[in-house]
Amino acid sequence: MDDINTLRRILGENRVIAVVGLSADWHRPSYFAAKYMQEHGYRIVPVNPRYAGQPLLGEPCYASLRDIPTPVGIVDVFRKTEDVLPIAEDAIAIGAKVLWQQIGVKNRAAQDRALAAGLDAVMDRCVKIEHGRLFGGLNWVGVNTRVVSARRPRGLAY
Amino acid sequence: MPDRAFGIETLCLHAGQIPDPATGARAAPIYQTTSFVFDSADHAASLFNLQTFGNVYSRISNPTVAVLEERVAALENGRAALACATGQAAEATALLTLAKSGDHIVSASTLYGGTHTLLGVNLQKLGVETTFVDPDDPANFRRALRPNTKLLYAETLGNPLINIVDIEALAAIARDAGVPLVLDNTVPSPYLCRPLDWGADIVLHSATKYLGGHGTTMGGVIVEAGRFNWGNGRFPEFTTPSPGYHGVVFFETFGDFGFTMKARMETMRTFGPALSPMNAWLLLQGVETLPVRMDRHCANALAVARFLADHPRVTFVNYPGLPGSRYHALASKYLPKGASGLLNFGVRGGARAGERFIEAAQFMSHLANIGDAKTLIIHPASTTHRQMSEEEQRRAGVAPDMIRMSVGIESIDDILWDIDQALQASAKA
Ligand SMILES: Cc1ncc(COP(=O)(O)O)c(C=O)c1O
Repeated sequence: MDDINTLRRILGENRVIAVVGLSADWHRPSYFAAKYMQEHGYRIVPVNPRYAGQPLLGEPCYASLRDIPTPVGIVDVFRKTEDVLPIAEDAIAIGAKVLWQQIGVKNRAAQDRALAAGLDAVMDRCVKIEHGRLFGGLNWVGVNTRVVSARRPRGLAY
Repeated sequence: MPDRAFGIETLCLHAGQIPDPATGARAAPIYQTTSFVFDSADHAASLFNLQTFGNVYSRISNPTVAVLEERVAALENGRAALACATGQAAEATALLTLAKSGDHIVSASTLYGGTHTLLGVNLQKLGVETTFVDPDDPANFRRALRPNTKLLYAETLGNPLINIVDIEALAAIARDAGVPLVLDNTVPSPYLCRPLDWGADIVLHSATKYLGGHGTTMGGVIVEAGRFNWGNGRFPEFTTPSPGYHGVVFFETFGDFGFTMKARMETMRTFGPALSPMNAWLLLQGVETLPVRMDRHCANALAVARFLADHPRVTFVNYPGLPGSRYHALASKYLPKGASGLLNFGVRGGARAGERFIEAAQFMSHLANIGDAKTLIIHPASTTHRQMSEEEQRRAGVAPDMIRMSVGIESIDDILWDIDQALQASAKA
């Protein structure tokens, strides 16, 4: 489920990303990724009990996925692999469409649980890097995007 | 639908470039600009913080140069690449990213002369020590390891001695030691050999040679496989906050292209040996036809090697594609499509005969480059190694009568004709 067409569809269909484990530290990868997605037109919903009730990236932060009052598309997980299964359950409970485990996070049971509940599931990938890879930007730093196409892209990448 | 694994011929034409989003131009546009505007103060801040991807200044990245970078990364089956102004610049940039004063390198002794000097003289002056070992026995690399060793270095196919290293054996030693294996893959080009597939961690190119292929343009490329664990304790600069970027941790933030980002954002940004967009574009024109050129270079070189092996005026021929070569087994394993276009041979009659051969050539060009579409020849004893005594030359593997030839893609009968008439002339005192 992480071929180019599927990832393009997931990032195209969903516009709200709940970032579980978002840090307030600007040089942490979770902050990098969330800020990038926000700049590329996604709404970020911060989820982190440490900052619950405070704004992060200009959005209110929630203690858990179940506290979010509005619909969520992608649940983006910046947590240790062994902590992901309950997050997958929460994602299913709130009707999220995608369980996305960040690079280095690889909980196969959580992935299988999400798939069985009809969600899309991505594991061990970074949303920012995949967005930059498939919609433009990552190519500017010489990364092998594996994109081969003779079609002119519809949007400009910046 | 699973992603298609495209063939190398397709990648030579397509990897790294889709039609220009702004204009629909099919060929890669030449973005001949030093700088790129920011949309806002916040956009500028995000770019300087490395939080977003984008171009700031062409010393750091440029969209035309990026096409070449991604294309070569794809050809080498790597994760990411950084282009540099020359092959030497690629070596220096890679090595300065990996090693600092007090560190140690183990390198094959069989190297392009400029590389030998970079390691043995210039990096030495900066406090990085290199031990040179005979690569024919890979165990020599293991024996030279020290606690402060940061990398193993070799040329896949050595210039000018035309030796082949056992990539898998070197990769195993590097893996055990927890250091990356860095290979200069200039002479085979990724069409003939992909060292990353055999376990190397970083590949370097002088794109000046076969990648560009027409002797018009200088360039270099560094490619990272994306598999090396920079968090193994030997590379704290990759896992601790970078002072140049207010605390960005390159390996954590960029993961499997962390080395390339560090090389670009720290070494390239500060030392500055960037490739120009115009030169990147010229090199890209060459890369498009790399497979067809390399097939012809290999076929012509094999024909030349066979011709020389039977020629009465020739004392020896080194070409790994010949069954008699001591590197034939390694060539069959690592270079199954052909052993590239480089060979060397001896002219009967010693150094003077070698010089006369060079002077008698009609269209074979007497110059110091390799990897041009045209046939090139040089007599190392009277040129590149002239300052050495005959004894020193022998130790460096340069026989007095040795000619190095970079076989081009002219009509093979014409190449053999020019060689033959020059050999006949070399006999006349
Ligand atoms: C094997 C090899 N590596 C590196 C280089 C250096 O590349 P450049 O001349 O592009 O700086 C050369 C140049 O002759 C070479 O033959």
